[in-house]
Amino acid sequence: MDALLIERETILAAFWMTIRLTAVSALGSLVLGTLLTAMRVAPLASLRAAASCYVSVARNTPLTLVLLFTGLGVGANLGVELSDDLATNNFWLACIGLTAYTSAFVCEALRSGLNTVPVGQAEAARSLGLGFVKTLGLITLPQAFRAVVAPLGSILIALTKNTTIALVVGVSEASVRMREMIETYGDQVIEIFLGFAAGFLLLCLPMGLLFGWLSRRMAVAR
Amino acid sequence: MTYANLYERPGPRGVRRNRALAALVALALLALAYVVYLRFDARDQWAAEKWTPLLRGDVWATFILPGLAGTLGAAVTGVILAGLFGLVFATARLSEHRWIRMPAAAVVEFFRSVPLLLLIFFAFFGSYMLIGVNISAFAAVVFGLTLYNGSVIAEIVRAGVLSLPRGQSEAAYATGMRKGQVMRLVLLPQAFRAMMPAIVSQFVVLLKDSALGLIVGYDELVDRGLNGIAANFSNVIPAAILIAAIFIVINLSLDRLAHRLGAR
Repeated sequence: MDALLIERETILAAFWMTIRLTAVSALGSLVLGTLLTAMRVAPLASLRAAASCYVSVARNTPLTLVLLFTGLGVGANLGVELSDDLATNNFWLACIGLTAYTSAFVCEALRSGLNTVPVGQAEAARSLGLGFVKTLGLITLPQAFRAVVAPLGSILIALTKNTTIALVVGVSEASVRMREMIETYGDQVIEIFLGFAAGFLLLCLPMGLLFGWLSRRMAVAR
Repeated sequence: MTYANLYERPGPRGVRRNRALAALVALALLALAYVVYLRFDARDQWAAEKWTPLLRGDVWATFILPGLAGTLGAAVTGVILAGLFGLVFATARLSEHRWIRMPAAAVVEFFRSVPLLLLIFFAFFGSYMLIGVNISAFAAVVFGLTLYNGSVIAEIVRAGVLSLPRGQSEAAYATGMRKGQVMRLVLLPQAFRAMMPAIVSQFVVLLKDSALGLIVGYDELVDRGLNGIAANFSNVIPAAILIAAIFIVINLSLDRLAHRLGAR
């Protein structure tokens, strides 16, 4: 247990990075995922095609490759600089990669949520004279969101765990710290592993409970 | 599923407006593509000598095919072991003995919540300290894939068994079968059939996760593509696009298979 106690500051710093990556990417994915959903059901065929093409590419590419592409390809090769500071630059690149990947799953969840909204809702909205944007934004999408709170929670938990892969872009979060500590404190491998695992359990279990509670509370009574 | 109920069928004016908008969107997308093209061009990523290596037989033979073999090897080993793990732990979680059910539930919930990469690091960097030998990167990747995906499959199979009508097990007991027989001959085969699409989808997840092997130096497809091809021809972007395309083709065919199985 010594190692975990001695290094508690650096471990907390590593998990703080995990939390920041999760929070920024979750927000980004929610926005981009909602936009993609709107595009996928839009009256314009070109928008629908673009969105569904994006979703099937992002969903079926390994996250490791997506992040390497943002890090090596977009960052190093194309020379896109988001900040002068290397660490901050890597952080934002990791957020872009995680957002690009996760938003495809958000889009899929929201689209299946739209399927649960009865046809009459949109028909009633149209009969009141609402156009596509208003029908979607005011009537069907809010109901779809309430139907998919639980799947969105699972996506958030998966995202939290996926932030460990940000190490391929050079972000030093929990998994990097764990590897370094296993190398430094070789006699306490199990304690270190269980300590970091507990960190993720502490992050993910409350999320699961919160989203379970929210999904029951927000469910649309039909 | 179409979503045409979200908007009115456009009249003549609407059709014209939609056409104009569609053209605008197409233009915007093309403009975006052009900006990307220019940026790639500035770094010379469209140069023919960066793309032609991807068509050469020796490049496929040295990098892509061995990489693909590495990816598929880890994924197939992983899916077999994960299937066995899932079967054992699903049965254990359905046991009527508390002392079997509870630990099995704890194991499954634990491995579902720990990031796969931590499992791989634990096995790869910790193995020498724990068992006295350094295990191979392949073994570490398969270890992680098995425990994580096995736990997910355990939950899928358990849900499948629980979704079966009670009459199935009652009828099996009534014919004089023992507990093990009921599970093995009646419940699990049906649960497996019902859950086949979900299990195939999990295989897609597993295949994508096998790319994590690159972090511990396992020679799989992403590693061979980006560290092998791109290092030799400095064509990160063409190589990444090709590797992504290979993954997408495999995963989309698996997706289609899952749909087919679901329809059956």
